[in-house]
Amino acid sequence: MSKKRLATVWLDGCSGCHMSFLDMDERLLTVAGMADLVYSPLVDAKEFPENVDVALVEGAVSSEEDLHKIKLVRERTKTLVSLGDCAVTANVPGMRNPFGTKAVYDRAYRENVTFDPGIPDQVVPALLPNSRPVHEFVKVDVFVPGCPPSAETIYYVVTELLEGRQPEVTTKTRFGS
Amino acid sequence: MRQAAPVKTLKIDGRDLSGRQEETILDVARQNGIFIPRLCEMDGLSDVGACRLCLVEIKGQNKLLPACVTVVEEGMEVTTDSERLQGYRRMILELLFTERNHVCSVCVSNGHCEMQMLAQRLGITHVHFPYRYPKEEVDASHDRFVIDHNRCILCTRCVRVCDEIEGAHTWDIMGRGIDAKVITDLNEPWGSSETCTSCGKCIHVCPTGALFEKGRSVAEMLKRRQFLPYLTMMREENE
Repeated sequence: MSKKRLATVWLDGCSGCHMSFLDMDERLLTVAGMADLVYSPLVDAKEFPENVDVALVEGAVSSEEDLHKIKLVRERTKTLVSLGDCAVTANVPGMRNPFGTKAVYDRAYRENVTFDPGIPDQVVPALLPNSRPVHEFVKVDVFVPGCPPSAETIYYVVTELLEGRQPEVTTKTRFGS
Repeated sequence: MRQAAPVKTLKIDGRDLSGRQEETILDVARQNGIFIPRLCEMDGLSDVGACRLCLVEIKGQNKLLPACVTVVEEGMEVTTDSERLQGYRRMILELLFTERNHVCSVCVSNGHCEMQMLAQRLGITHVHFPYRYPKEEVDASHDRFVIDHNRCILCTRCVRVCDEIEGAHTWDIMGRGIDAKVITDLNEPWGSSETCTSCGKCIHVCPTGALFEKGRSVAEMLKRRQFLPYLTMMREENE
């Protein structure tokens, strides 16, 4: 059996889900034996590659860059996993939504800035009006709520998917977890 | 003339059971260890049938009926769990999640919330409806308590416990439909309420993190529900 191709993606989240992924500790060796990590904040790949078998997506879709990324990930991935509450519900990134983007920009780039306050129009991607869950933009195959989902949950989900089975997560994790 | 015994016999999920004639389907189910989900009903308070999570199927009727306000009848055949009911229950809960801002991960009630636990029990891994993200207020004007409208599901347990048990009727509901909200007095800040006795009963019956004690951080608000049946029982004994 040829090795599967695994990817992890970091959108608008705190990276806690990736920390939980690393908390698999020695079980990472088992995962590495089953799949190649072809794209991730943890490896040095610049472009999301073609033919990915399983992609774990952390974070909500909050900016134009997130939206561009998630569409590309969807196109190039067989099984897309919404990993953690930000991807599944928008969670903490979504708490800005009731206030509107202007209030967020003003807070970040004017009120708390001493040198040359102003909203950037280059490099920093523009915010979408709302920070929203991944499945409101693209089809999601597996949902893994939790803030973050435990290393046990992630290990279970990843190994089940790599072995071609459908994981059942409701007994292992929940919103907030 | 001999009075008919005030007992009704019925079937719930195929089991032959009996209840007193004034008891509801939910009462009888609970006595027999049959789980029916609910968020507004609470032992010790009057029943309002607001959350619709306890809807059950009754043989011979197309309409689903709320178990908390449907009194048992002779020969009734009740189904408490079917694919149809599970579908509706998940839909109701998902709509509650989208209606306001329930951010479990940073909620005072994380890990102790009736709605969060129920979502897990009903197998909800995500919400199929678009979230609304409304702008809701937090009133922290009271010395000891806070109301966070972001987490309120309008179950009205606070309204009922305040009126029926404490006798203060500080809480009530204002507005209709999606604009409905719980208020203190005539929609005045809780801290300046002249009727609130600061007894804290509303805090402990609230199923979510909408009502909590000041100073509680994420996951720290443990609610003590056991006081209510105890209080009701002691009052009945004294009467």
